[in-house]
Amino acid sequence: MRRIITSFVNNRSGVLSRITGLFSRRGYNIESITVGHTETPEVSRMTFVVEVEDEGKAEQLIKQLNKQIDVIKVQDITDMPMVARELALIKVMSSPQNRSEITGLIEPFRASIIDVSKDSIVVQVTGKTDKVEALIELLRPYGIKEIARTGTTAFTRGTKQLKKSRHNLLINP
Amino acid sequence: MKTKVKEEVAEKSSSKKMNGAMMLVEALKEEGVEVIFGYPGGAVLPIYDKLYDAGIKHILTRHEQGGIHAAEGYARISGKPGVCIVTSGPGATNVVTGLTDAMMDSLPLVVFTGQVASGVIGSDAFQEADVIGITMPVTKHSYQVRDVNELPKIIKEAFHIATTGRPGPVLIDIPKDISNAEGIFDYSEEVNISSYQPTTKPNHLQIRKLVEAVSCSKKPVILAGAGVIHARANKELKTYAEQQQIPVVHTLLGLGGMPGDHELYFGMAGMHGCYTANMALYECDLLISIGARFDDRVTGNLKHFAPNAKVAHIDIDPAEIGKNVPTEIPVVGDAREALTALIEENGKPGHTSEWLARLQNYQREYPLTYKRDPQVVKPQRLIEMVHEQTRGDAIITTDVGQHQMWAAQYYGFKNPNRWVTSGGLGTMGFGLPSAIGAQLADEKATVVAILGDGGFQMTSQELTVLAQLKLPIKVIVMNNHSLGMVRQWQEIFYEKRYSHSLIPDQPDMMKLADAYGIKGFKARNEEEASEVLKEALNYDGPVLINVVIPGEEKVYPMVPPGKGNHEMVGVKP
Ligand SMILES: Cc1ncc(C[n+]2csc(CCOP(=O)(O)OP(=O)(O)O)c2C)c(N)n1
Ligand SMILES: [Mg+2]
Repeated sequence: MRRIITSFVNNRSGVLSRITGLFSRRGYNIESITVGHTETPEVSRMTFVVEVEDEGKAEQLIKQLNKQIDVIKVQDITDMPMVARELALIKVMSSPQNRSEITGLIEPFRASIIDVSKDSIVVQVTGKTDKVEALIELLRPYGIKEIARTGTTAFTRGTKQLKKSRHNLLINP
Repeated sequence: MKTKVKEEVAEKSSSKKMNGAMMLVEALKEEGVEVIFGYPGGAVLPIYDKLYDAGIKHILTRHEQGGIHAAEGYARISGKPGVCIVTSGPGATNVVTGLTDAMMDSLPLVVFTGQVASGVIGSDAFQEADVIGITMPVTKHSYQVRDVNELPKIIKEAFHIATTGRPGPVLIDIPKDISNAEGIFDYSEEVNISSYQPTTKPNHLQIRKLVEAVSCSKKPVILAGAGVIHARANKELKTYAEQQQIPVVHTLLGLGGMPGDHELYFGMAGMHGCYTANMALYECDLLISIGARFDDRVTGNLKHFAPNAKVAHIDIDPAEIGKNVPTEIPVVGDAREALTALIEENGKPGHTSEWLARLQNYQREYPLTYKRDPQVVKPQRLIEMVHEQTRGDAIITTDVGQHQMWAAQYYGFKNPNRWVTSGGLGTMGFGLPSAIGAQLADEKATVVAILGDGGFQMTSQELTVLAQLKLPIKVIVMNNHSLGMVRQWQEIFYEKRYSHSLIPDQPDMMKLADAYGIKGFKARNEEEASEVLKEALNYDGPVLINVVIPGEEKVYPMVPPGKGNHEMVGVKP
């Protein structure tokens, strides 16, 4: 099963490798990781998309992440009300003849063409992973030269602050 | 602006200007460190210069691995953090085994490694190794110091992290220029790491659930591990077991938590545990694990582990709960606090008398046994003799292998904090250096290092330290002229194809003892062994006893790999 996990970590050198090391050491399959600053400069947000066998494995992963000294908070937000987005750049073979056809094709996705060259164009799309993937599939017949995806970043909806203490969650797993 | 702040800090009485090396020394004094284990080299020369007249006891082991194992032995016995200092590159890589060992067995260590100067980090400089990268998975936490002014805070945090929550090793990598750089030493600030707040107080709701479960249970059992020892919760364990009439079994690292001769104690569980303990785990209807982490050597095949039991797990580390065994009653907290809360609840005990009788019956029917033969030294008999002559209260350290299992099975520990063995990692060569640390932690104790001939030869250089410091450690080499545990598996599972497990060619142990300035003894039969033991234990100084034991002797009973705990073989002689 696919889980989206967000975490807050101290913005220190070595934290990223500590965490990616943990994933590989414990045999977790990471689909994507995104990292960036939060509203607090000394804290970064990391968003992981992982494939796990079952909920037990997901819970174990969260506990292992929590155990890292530099990890402030971890949450599996897959089943919570949340917004999750990724951005993809897709370089597609395109001649002047089929350019407007492609434009029409990508429009419902609210994607845009951000670069044009002699025989190719670059399409930018943001959205949920399945939307991004659907667009990629539609564009594939034209010949895709390159894809760059950021991976998913996400947070929960509304203004309810994530509780600072993580222990309640841990004591009653 | 910055300098102004610094000046203000300098005015505080507790803060002084000094270089990084001196800060380290001052910090160790602030932490009350009595002894450090280490080995000098280029990158730590500034630190060693300050140690020269610092007045802190420094033990120069003859290999960094010896140093860190000694620090582990010290930590295990004293309950205080073991401190180790090594140089960059090879010095640091030589402590990787010890770090891993301490991580697996939850021993508090603070390890300082030298590093090449900040300016050349990343350039493959002489004796540069990416120590932070190498040790990341085998440390509880690690730091590389970037600014000398941060050093005091980092050291203070390191001691805090190493000793709180689930203890573990913390590494501090100090580039040489940081040791030389001047800064402000201020050690007064309290440690406050918002992202690290271990839970020690158990959740009351879970405690209540456990009390309920106990009162409904007819066949409860407590599996007590090293967490009980670390938390100094042995008295509470005994009180609770007696109050609720619950039988107790131990993991390898939990030995000594319950007195070996207590009527509610039913022995060590696991691969080479005793039949009764394993059957208790197999048949129980309520399993209460306290400070034990369901290692595969304890559980055997998980499919057959405690198949009819409700599982309660008390552990300081939430990540251990539910990791290997699904758990109905999770209790995150310190073992002593949890046991105290349980005792105070004073719940209605379950009806366990039939269950206790059943286990006592197992105990009578299937005790640990071996065939006596006074013509040779039976390894089991040797350990019994050590028990008798030390009244079950010596500090026992071991290497890893058959001798370790015999020591665990037959020593019969009366007290906690007497057992120093490498459980999780299974590190050969652990026994001799850890005995040094153990003896330094408890100078009055009788320390017996029970070693294999294989393991002994991995760290035997540390005999020098015994002679130099006149540490009266009794080193017993249980010499089966083989890597016995490997040989045993090859005999049972590989058709006696003894591939590279027989080591008939060995140094002359008597001459070796002599060369190191240690008294040597040799024993070939039971009577000799008994006499030699007596003489050695009465001798005021280090001794090396070479006890020749039969090479074909095996450790039994045994849960064969892949089998359940109820499928032990070699239960009857
Ligand atoms: C450093 C290390 N290397 C290899 C092993 C694998 N191993 C486990 S027990 C054992 C045999 C140990 O022989 P010895 O020290 O003579 O003890 P014995 O089993 O004979 O009592 C070996 C090689 C290990 N545990 N540690
Ligand atoms: Mg041997």
